[in-house]
Amino acid sequence: MSSRQSNLKTEYVRIEGVSKQFGSFSAVDNVSLSIYKGEIFCLLGGSGCGKTTLLRILAGFETPSVGRILIDGQDMTDTPPFKRPVNMMFQSYALFPHMSVEKNIAFGLEQEGIARNEVQRRVAEMLDIVKLSEFTRRKPHQLSGGQRQRVALARSLVKKPKLLLLDEPLAALDRKLREHTQFELINLQEQLGVTFIVVTHDQEEAMTLGSRIGVMNKGRIVQVGTPTEIYEYPNSCFVADFIGSVNMFKGKLIEDEPGYVRIACPELDVNVFVSHGISSAPDVGLNVAIRPEKIDMTRTAPMQKENFTQGIVKEIAYMGDISMYLVQIPSGKMVRVTIPNIERQVDERISWEESVYLSWQSSSPVVLSQ
Amino acid sequence: MRVRGLFRNSVLMLGFVFLYAPIVSMIFFSFNNSRLVTVWDAVNSPTLKWYVVLFKNEAILGAAWLSIKIAALSASGAVVLGTLAGLSLARFGKFRGRALLSVMITAPLVMPEVITGLSMLLLFVALEQLTGWPEGRGILTIIFAHITFSMAYVTVVVQSRLASFDCSLEEVALDLGARPVTVFWRITLPIIFPAVLSGWLLAFTLSWDDVVISQFVSGPGSTTLPMIVYSKVRLGVSPDINALASVMLLIVALCVVLSTYYIKRIEQRRVAEALMVRSEEL
Repeated sequence: MSSRQSNLKTEYVRIEGVSKQFGSFSAVDNVSLSIYKGEIFCLLGGSGCGKTTLLRILAGFETPSVGRILIDGQDMTDTPPFKRPVNMMFQSYALFPHMSVEKNIAFGLEQEGIARNEVQRRVAEMLDIVKLSEFTRRKPHQLSGGQRQRVALARSLVKKPKLLLLDEPLAALDRKLREHTQFELINLQEQLGVTFIVVTHDQEEAMTLGSRIGVMNKGRIVQVGTPTEIYEYPNSCFVADFIGSVNMFKGKLIEDEPGYVRIACPELDVNVFVSHGISSAPDVGLNVAIRPEKIDMTRTAPMQKENFTQGIVKEIAYMGDISMYLVQIPSGKMVRVTIPNIERQVDERISWEESVYLSWQSSSPVVLSQ
Repeated sequence: MRVRGLFRNSVLMLGFVFLYAPIVSMIFFSFNNSRLVTVWDAVNSPTLKWYVVLFKNEAILGAAWLSIKIAALSASGAVVLGTLAGLSLARFGKFRGRALLSVMITAPLVMPEVITGLSMLLLFVALEQLTGWPEGRGILTIIFAHITFSMAYVTVVVQSRLASFDCSLEEVALDLGARPVTVFWRITLPIIFPAVLSGWLLAFTLSWDDVVISQFVSGPGSTTLPMIVYSKVRLGVSPDINALASVMLLIVALCVVLSTYYIKRIEQRRVAEALMVRSEEL
């Protein structure tokens, strides 16, 4: 953790007003970003949001229609990929099928004209780091998915790039292996001090890997922040909805004080009291977002005077560690609530068609204007 | 069920007979002792007499050697040009004139050989009158003509292989610091090599058994093996032609088997790769 924080704030990559048009479609739309030395920056977004295009612009496979790319202070906008101090790991891994593991990893070093024994030494060192020393002579098709992923990683790291671009590095792995590899990636990154830019569509992956996350939508960066900032303080309905799940209620400001606000939510039947001020014009339609895990569900009425409503349990999804409940409130809207399964006895848990109280802290709702 | 099976098998047999009876009878009669091609001399057959006659015939051996040289050279030329054409069609996106190039390159596939041959002849004659080159018709003009029409086949084979080529392999090589030329020699070519090789074998066979185009553009001293066969047959079929044709058939069959084997290997690898990717997605 220490290196993840100590290196913060030294700008290494700067993306300046970059746009990329494919015909009339703009894949990347006026993106400006600073990426700091030694961090893992995750570009998160759904498919077609332009995250991969942005990564390919950084690698040099696409030239931006507008804007500049600076790496370590140098303008790299028109530098071809083979002259950039950047390496990329592809989603498909793109291992050379006709070369052994060893040759695959050595390929990049050979291009630099490094002496043969030095190449061998560095390849062996890299194979040791990714724990593939036994597989040097294997061909890619003789490896498992996880092993291939590690070969691709070793190949892109062996040239000691200052910046590594990873396109969906874990997407092709199964769930167990993915969790394990996530931590391996983080350790490796700390060990080598390389700046990582990771493209992913998986929000869990972005939250675990990223020291910062940039959420993309329709070619634009909509929010940049640490995983906690993105999750707890989303700046738009899109981000709130995209990261995790959320209950969204339309509302209207009825009391606006610097220290608190009160919002009327017809969908919720009650007014929502929020214990912090917001900056919004009056009479503008607002959205109140409450995360499912921040709602308390009880059989008896809560002590608090505000911020609670009643409902009937309609659906229960048991997921082992938690259970998700869909509770119908009097307006007819379904509210999503997640409860950790702390007790083991099933009969004590709230069941179908039970009447329950839903309550939340006044600091929990996020008020969003868009 | 039984009747249907019988019907199916007999139709299959009929098909085989239709396709291969002439060839089999030709090979069969090449071991015939009789001077008359169509009369089987049961007493003294089978014999290798005609093969011995064949291998003592200097003219035929010379023509065979010439045919092999022409086929090898024109196949090599066709592979270089065809690979380049296939590469540009598959790689360089929608450049100006792409559709025209694609049509023009594959036109020889459907062009009647007589027309190709005639137009080649006219071109060479006109060129000689204008520039003094090529001096008369001969081996060189045959090679050029063969390259022209067999290149189309190579292009199609290479292009279809490149269509399923994972472009990120080339990109990753660029990313690792290889220049585009290095990428071609070390990544692209080794991977598409089976297609290139089967293209070469295809071009070799096409040149090896071509008679129509060769006849148009050949000159004195450049008589290829198929041309000899053709002229001998016109004088009446002698039994050594059967032997010669059998040997030629053997060479062609060898090329076809080899190229099929390579194409099959590409297919198998592609299927294996696809299966591997799918098993990981699950």
